[in-house]
Amino acid sequence: MSAGVAENPLVSAAVGDVVVEREVEVSRDRLVRYASASGDFNPIHYNDAFAQSVGLPGVIAHGMLTMGVVGGALTDWLESWDPAGIARVARYGTRFARPIPVPALESVRVVVTGTVGALGLADDAGAPCVRVDLRATLDGVSVLAKTQALVRV
Amino acid sequence: MGDVDLSRVGSVFTGTPAYEVTRRAVAAFADVTGAASPIHRDPAAARAAGFSDVVAPVTFAVAVAQEAESEYIADPASGIDFSRVVHADETFTHHRPIVAGESLSTAVHVDAITARGGLTLVTTRTEISDPAGEPVASVVSTLAVRGADA
Repeated sequence: MSAGVAENPLVSAAVGDVVVEREVEVSRDRLVRYASASGDFNPIHYNDAFAQSVGLPGVIAHGMLTMGVVGGALTDWLESWDPAGIARVARYGTRFARPIPVPALESVRVVVTGTVGALGLADDAGAPCVRVDLRATLDGVSVLAKTQALVRV
Repeated sequence: MGDVDLSRVGSVFTGTPAYEVTRRAVAAFADVTGAASPIHRDPAAARAAGFSDVVAPVTFAVAVAQEAESEYIADPASGIDFSRVVHADETFTHHRPIVAGESLSTAVHVDAITARGGLTLVTTRTEISDPAGEPVASVVSTLAVRGADA
């Protein structure tokens, strides 16, 4: 996987290095397209009346859409210096901390950041890894928690 | 609907037909998650990077896993009222990236069902493998199911 790698920033990474920064607009249109792409057609993601009937303020984004948007920001960064960079992701996990309400007409803006969280780790096969800690915020409040990717160096 | 059936811990579900990965599905998933790399859309770019075809985004396996999980989750006998479910956590372990043209098999393991306060936490682990039986990805998902009185 080393062929074509420009310069591997993970080799010289330091805890706290900011490696991912992206802002993403989340709209109803995006929720409908995510439902189609993922096969998750839970009506809380497109039907306000249904969402309110189960105690939500209204339509909310799929948690997995948010996780996917954060993952896309991470892999685009890996791909920016290694054409096969996505293959470096050994593990990617998150908890879902807060729903993202998505209004009918306007979009909301999710801010994604990723920083190097830990060095000197290994994947299940013992290959050296670093941990990238990711955040997704809406109006400055985190919507995901403990969002971590284990990335092979 | 009654409570979540605690006796299903340890069950394994393998009845979902193989998932055929298409270029169109990979590109649509990349578009909606904002994954901009050409390896998700351009077969030539994917091949130049060493892959046999376009590469699925890093969370694409959820589409494979959720389809398979429904064999358990949507079974009324499991006692999971989907209108009372929120997603608590999700973790992907990737043995290798998924590429278009693959046929992927699934086995859904019910790893844990834990009652905590008014919630029941249901953890499934979907093992995704290729036709040779080699592991591709493991998807662990926890759903939190609110009780009828919560």
